[in-house]
Amino acid sequence: MSSRRSRSRQSSSSGISDDQIIDLVSKLQQLLPEIRNRRSDKVSAAKVLQETCNYIRSLHQEVDDLSERLSELLANSDSAQADVIRNLLMQ
Amino acid sequence: MKNPQRSPTNPGSLRSRFTHVFLQSLLRIRKHNPTSSSSSPHREFLKRCSQVKVAAYVSMARAVGTRRAWSRATIWRARNGERRRNLLCRRCSKSNSRERSLGKKKKKKKKKKKRDNEEHGFAHEKKLQKLVPGGEAMDFCCLLDETAHYIKCLITQVKVMRSIADFYSL
Repeated sequence: MSSRRSRSRQSSSSGISDDQIIDLVSKLQQLLPEIRNRRSDKVSAAKVLQETCNYIRSLHQEVDDLSERLSELLANSDSAQADVIRNLLMQ
Repeated sequence: MKNPQRSPTNPGSLRSRFTHVFLQSLLRIRKHNPTSSSSSPHREFLKRCSQVKVAAYVSMARAVGTRRAWSRATIWRARNGERRRNLLCRRCSKSNSRERSLGKKKKKKKKKKKRDNEEHGFAHEKKLQKLVPGGEAMDFCCLLDETAHYIKCLITQVKVMRSIADFYSL
């Protein structure tokens, strides 16, 4: 802990060390399905950010599609009692 | 050193918290929007769709709580968004659409210049800031951290929504 603190003090005046950024970018890289499958370490930060943006957009799109599906199902489901029972089951 | 085993998003409890809150929101939506005959069923459908979508994002933000900047931003937007919409919606929609169409043309030119100049990894920072709630107020380091957490939560949200939809459609 102390070594990292001293490193961050010695590095740029902005207060953000390169190590921190590299750690965070690699953490993001692990979450992205495409890059994770390629298993290559030679992925630039720009590529990681680009893939992150694309991945977030695709997740938003999935949420939109699922919301449509759920609102259709809400409209079609008849009994409110079934909803309550299901709610209890999910808990 | 940060403790790598520390997991603020404990997936088990986050998932169950989100499921609980989201199901309650769905029940509420169903109560307030009875599927009785209306003059415009398509409009009702669109309204319900957007309600479900907003409920999903807000439910996840509530399940996360206020310890993350993106969840705070989502909750704040939900609380204040409706007031803003009611006040400004009709008056500004026409003027905003004109401004946006003009602004888009200008933005395209700026983007090309930025791509030429910024070859570092930070060229996509602004795009990412727009995608993550509250991102525009964050510095690069916080943005990356919040993005990682946001993606984990979005993945959980999508999984739960899909399982609810599958459950309802049985």
